Amino acid sequence: MKFLTQEETKRISDKVMSLTKADQCEVTINGSRKGNIRYARNAVSTAGLIEDTQLAVSVAFGKKQGTATINEFDDKSLEKAVRRAEDLARLAPENPEFMPTPTKQEYKATETFFKKTADIDPEFRAQVAAYSIENSKKNKLVAAGFFTDGTSFTSIANSNGVFGYQQDTGLDFTLTVRTEDGRGSGWVKRSVGDASKFDARAASDIAIEKAMRSVDAKALEPGRYTVILEPAATSDVLAYMFNAFDARSADEGRSFLAKKGGGNRMGEKLFDEQVNVWADPWDKDVAVLPFDAQSMLARERQDIIKNGRIASLQYSPYWAKKMGQRAVGTPGNIIMAGTNKSTEELIANTKKGILVTRTWYIRMVDPQSVLLTGLTRDGTFYIENGKIKHPIKNFRFNESPVTMLNNIDEIGRPEILSGDESQFQLLIPAMKVRDFNFTSLSDAV
Amino acid sequence: MERRSFLKIGAAAGGALLVPVFGNAIAAEELLNPMAVQFKKSLADAAMNAATKAGATYCDVRIGRYLNQFIVTRDLNVENIVNTESSGIGVRVIANGAYGFCATNVMTLDAVADAARQAVAIAKANSKLQTEPVVLAPVKGVGEVAWATPFKKDWRTVPIAEKAEMLLAANKAGMEAGANFMRSMLFQVNQQKYFASTDGSYIDQDIHRLWSPFTATAVDKASGKFRTRDGLSSPSSMGYEFFDCKPQNRVQAAGGVTTLYKGAYDLIEDARAAGRQAKEKLTAKTVEPGKYDLVLSPEHLFLTIHESVGHATELDRVLGYEANYAGTSFATLDKWKSKNFKYGSDLVNIVADKTTPASLGLVGYDDEGVASKRWDLIRNGILVNYQATRDQAAMIGEKESHGCSYADSWSSVQFQRMPNVSLEAGKKKLTPDEMVKDIKKGIYILGRGSYSIDQQRYNFQFGGQLYFEIKNGKIVNQLEDVAYQSNTQEFWNACSALCDERDWRLGGSFFDGKGQPSQVSAVSHGSPTTRFNGINVINTARKIG
Repeated sequence: MKFLTQEETKRISDKVMSLTKADQCEVTINGSRKGNIRYARNAVSTAGLIEDTQLAVSVAFGKKQGTATINEFDDKSLEKAVRRAEDLARLAPENPEFMPTPTKQEYKATETFFKKTADIDPEFRAQVAAYSIENSKKNKLVAAGFFTDGTSFTSIANSNGVFGYQQDTGLDFTLTVRTEDGRGSGWVKRSVGDASKFDARAASDIAIEKAMRSVDAKALEPGRYTVILEPAATSDVLAYMFNAFDARSADEGRSFLAKKGGGNRMGEKLFDEQVNVWADPWDKDVAVLPFDAQSMLARERQDIIKNGRIASLQYSPYWAKKMGQRAVGTPGNIIMAGTNKSTEELIANTKKGILVTRTWYIRMVDPQSVLLTGLTRDGTFYIENGKIKHPIKNFRFNESPVTMLNNIDEIGRPEILSGDESQFQLLIPAMKVRDFNFTSLSDAV
Repeated sequence: MERRSFLKIGAAAGGALLVPVFGNAIAAEELLNPMAVQFKKSLADAAMNAATKAGATYCDVRIGRYLNQFIVTRDLNVENIVNTESSGIGVRVIANGAYGFCATNVMTLDAVADAARQAVAIAKANSKLQTEPVVLAPVKGVGEVAWATPFKKDWRTVPIAEKAEMLLAANKAGMEAGANFMRSMLFQVNQQKYFASTDGSYIDQDIHRLWSPFTATAVDKASGKFRTRDGLSSPSSMGYEFFDCKPQNRVQAAGGVTTLYKGAYDLIEDARAAGRQAKEKLTAKTVEPGKYDLVLSPEHLFLTIHESVGHATELDRVLGYEANYAGTSFATLDKWKSKNFKYGSDLVNIVADKTTPASLGLVGYDDEGVASKRWDLIRNGILVNYQATRDQAAMIGEKESHGCSYADSWSSVQFQRMPNVSLEAGKKKLTPDEMVKDIKKGIYILGRGSYSIDQQRYNFQFGGQLYFEIKNGKIVNQLEDVAYQSNTQEFWNACSALCDERDWRLGGSFFDGKGQPSQVSAVSHGSPTTRFNGINVINTARKIG
């Protein structure tokens, strides 16, 4: 299946909508072309290219809705998909919370497509693998990595005349470098839309250096420490918290943003006043689609935390209507204000502390306080008098991002990345945080 | 990490449930007509002939049709009903000693032959970067055979209305018993998998699985406190008869604290108990941190087994193939070679078993055409084996594969995935109530809660759904804010008693993730109620702003 243009998806969407007499109809078409290369033990293990295009049609009769998808685009297949959606809608029970599809939306284009990323070929991918494998071998180290790049398009249309189409590109690179004896391990991650912002050699060198520096880690007693968290160490921690910014859960009393006695904590100061977080689909570093393909609502620039105060909550169309609020497209990115200070400067300003490269296997322990547990991994170091003194063994932490964002001493330079287990594009800074709670030691390297 | 393709099956923004899926939605009636076996054989032969002609020394072909149905409810509303289907063909070859793989959803003789030739070209290109040639452990071709999950009632024939009504009845029961909010779901899976290889096998399999998870939430608006209690069911590879729960399927937990299930499940009854217990959790005593003897029910222990033994004994992790994502393993080859590495106490016997009835890992053959079997991983506390595929067997001196190869879709490359890994029951007669009688200071934990473990599987922290304090041989009250932290080897060496076969039950995970791009698989873990002495328990209650 070839990559569909805006004109082609418009034509297909109109055709699909003309095939039904349902009260409303929504058509979403997604296509992607994703290449990847995977390597381990200093050799390539798999490489591939996956192409896929899907069409989803959703129809409603009154408050009864059904959805069907298909990946064939001839007239007969389109007709079949519409009839299946109609069948499911007739079988479905009435949903009292059903909301009609939106009317006119303005989607102001964002810069999500970069030709340099779209042009990545097998040779480029092989070269990425070669950099890390060759440099690792030279240093008697073992590389395991994964590089994936993709170009996608998203097209949305509904029977109220709403239509949106945009292409986007992205690449993700992760590399783990270990010493041959397994006593040292370093890691790096890069996640950008524009390949011109990706330097495979520089990234590989970071993982290689961390692997060599992390050998012979010493054990520190678990306890509360001042920590410098690199952006990759907080990305999933913060994403867990921002997933809980749903207004309905707060209003229903089942979120950390619920107010004692009822209602939510909108406007309350929950974090240090240095904390400023917003979503902005047009941000030049982490641009995302100008619409939320699920609700078909336009995204907007939204303050989420302003000077430490809760500045907005996310409303589904149903909950917005019920609470007299305005629903907008769910954010696709999270941007946290930083400074120009490099991580080296944060280290230089630290008398005693711990540098954390990365956190791993983070899970919610108690949603009441957003208490999370997880571990440090692939480069944890002790800092004394402004210098990295020696590597230390990994820790398990039990800490809430709410507490963490109250204990900020200093903020560094933001970096572009995505979380391992979140859907947000992130632009977040390194942070120096006091009293971070490490509860036990781990022997894992 | 590859962000997987998710299907948003909940309606609410932010609170939506995301489930990884592969495929396209279809109408239920079309799920019932499998593709003709002879057609699949002709496609497979076309691919294998093309691959061999292009220079492959080995070729396997997987033709898959993956059917799922999800029903999602919230309180007294059905939020979504989704049918998905995905069909296609994946061809894996060995040429010049290297693997090559190519997949297509175009099911014609020409298209599959073309995919096979592309796979050979990729293998030849990969062979230039290869350091050691792939060597497959021998497997004897089985000719044309078929295998199907044993079940009595096909979920595909049960009307959607009947299923939705069951979920809504469960939500109603939970809310009447004390929950303010309920969310319940029904996942139904059918994998129609055809495997053929140049070893002379043509294997047609029809695999079915079910799961009905739910969450009951209780809120005390005045204090701002909320608590949840998830369902205690285990996902199963039974048919819809799984929901036909008879008296013999009900098991009383120690001290009668709740009802548990074996071989069938009463969703509505468990939801009712959950509503009551979620409310009770709001006022339960907070735990005093310290060392406790833990009594872990199978509904909880399965996930600890999964994380601390299942993943740690995956041979690809041990060898470093998963270093960049899931991690490596502390259970290194030197420990296994020593034949005296004490993974656990003498009582600990852990087996890998792809033949366990009603388990999620139950299949006739794996995705390399190897027949399912059972083997020891830990015997009398000693690490004795790993989980291997055909290309790994020789590395641990095995003559044949363990049959651990699996791909989650026709378009994914098969690789080593965990079989069911289970703890054997104790040989002496012992019930959970008798186990509790011997304990001075302990905690009884039921259900799957928060879970986290490091990348080499040493340090872990687990929570549950229900916690009860044991004092001087008696269960005295419910507890909250409990999590235990331990180290895999210390924990399994602290295993001091196991209930007998009568108390052995399965738990399971429907969406276990591994690999890059990430693939999911479903796996079960059986165990009896088991005692672990002197485990560190922390209090997880925190105050924020």
